[in-house]
Amino acid sequence: MSGSVEKVAVIRDTYTRFNASERANHWVVAVCAILLMLSGLAFFHPAFYWLTALFGGGQAARVLHPWIGVVMAISFTGMGVRMFCQNIWNADDSKWLGRIGDVIANRDENLPEVGRFNAAQKLVFYVMFWSVITLLLSGLALWHQYFGDLVPIGMQRFAGLLHAVTAAAMIITMIIHIYAAIWNAGSTRAMTRGSVTGGWLWRHHRKYLREEVAKSK
Amino acid sequence: MASLQSLDVRQRSASTAQPPSVRRDLEIAKLIDVSKCIGCKACQSACMAWNDIRPPVGINRGVYDNPNDLGPETWTVMRFAEHEENGKLEWLIRKDGCMHCTDPGCLKACPAPGAIVQYANGIVDFVQENCIGCGYCVKGCPFNIPRISKADNRAYKCTLCSDRVAVGQSPACAKCCPTGAIVFGSKASMVDHAQGRIADLKSRGYAKAGLYDPPGVGGTHVMYVLHHADRPGLYANLANNPVISAAVSLWKGTLKPLSMIGMGAAIVVGLLHFVTRGPNEVTEADEENARKLKGRNAA
Repeated sequence: MSGSVEKVAVIRDTYTRFNASERANHWVVAVCAILLMLSGLAFFHPAFYWLTALFGGGQAARVLHPWIGVVMAISFTGMGVRMFCQNIWNADDSKWLGRIGDVIANRDENLPEVGRFNAAQKLVFYVMFWSVITLLLSGLALWHQYFGDLVPIGMQRFAGLLHAVTAAAMIITMIIHIYAAIWNAGSTRAMTRGSVTGGWLWRHHRKYLREEVAKSK
Repeated sequence: MASLQSLDVRQRSASTAQPPSVRRDLEIAKLIDVSKCIGCKACQSACMAWNDIRPPVGINRGVYDNPNDLGPETWTVMRFAEHEENGKLEWLIRKDGCMHCTDPGCLKACPAPGAIVQYANGIVDFVQENCIGCGYCVKGCPFNIPRISKADNRAYKCTLCSDRVAVGQSPACAKCCPTGAIVFGSKASMVDHAQGRIADLKSRGYAKAGLYDPPGVGGTHVMYVLHHADRPGLYANLANNPVISAAVSLWKGTLKPLSMIGMGAAIVVGLLHFVTRGPNEVTEADEENARKLKGRNAA
């Protein structure tokens, strides 16, 4: 007689946070951003010049950096189009941002309910959106091999400054973005596997959870 | 080159290590007396011959400038300007090329360690093996001198014949100038020599004759004697007060430490936040609430 083992399963509803196409798009942008950061830092500060070795030396890094930038700009356009409407600022976002102290202190109970993206995520989106446009245009002006003879020298000099300032702002935003994913446990899974639990949505994006539940009814 | 004692390095691009400093090298300079130049282009030929560079045959654009501009294979070019003064035509011929600034904008802008060096004698030299071809030197230069070769994507310009100077010779252009319009020696002796020339020009009616040794770039190691030193622009748009562009100074100066501090601070703040506040984790109560929400709505 075989005894049956009773399994008590904890029901943990999962929801799709990012679909496969969104995830693929995000990681193409992310890998480009990392490669651009590594090669760009090498040109920006002598302390990081050794990073050019990762790309096959200084000349190779100089050749690759702008092309990776082009790939990044094209792939980010995909993300920009996908996520533009979900990143429009609303009154709750201002309220949420006003209580940034509670956010930092993990006092989520004091925060207004959040839709698919919270105010900080929207700010990351805006910084990335404008950075990519600025970096693309200033980067083209700096691309000496093809545009060195076409762009007036004053514009090239300004482009150099603008490219570096914008890149620094973008790198700092990337650091915050990556840390936020580590800090808010379960977030990384949303972008690697696509799924989050109902509890995760209840905690971080309750308004979005209510919408999803209502939809599934 | 830089391993020769006679070419001790004073500054090296994208490098922070202190350069060798036990010796005090003599600062050299080339003095170009524009009032003595006859426009024969012997200097251009000597430059091509010594440095073994041949620009492609160009197109005549109706002026004497030949080639029309500097290039990766043209490190010096005579620029001819016609100017009328007191009812007389003056043919102002300026030998253009690297000025070898004391504060070189190219070196400041260069991201490749050792691609641009400044020797203790004042010569600013491009070391092509280390050059990555980014063109930042072009942006840094206030005189529009460096040119990037389409053949090898490396920057080229006048070396002031650093290889000749290292062994006690004068630059090829100075060596061959038939009128003595190009002279070479210590910077002090060249300034001295210029004073004699300026006094002579003044006695001949050029009241504004003077030395072009622009202080905006800390002085240069190629200097001009100009008949109209108050108007350098007459000489094929020679810069009146050349300085390294403010955009380049900010980009290559203030911004570097500022952004390093910004990025470092972001990482440190993140780390401190994690160890003090800890991660924001989903609780079983959250899961329960989510289940209830679904159950209630589904019911």
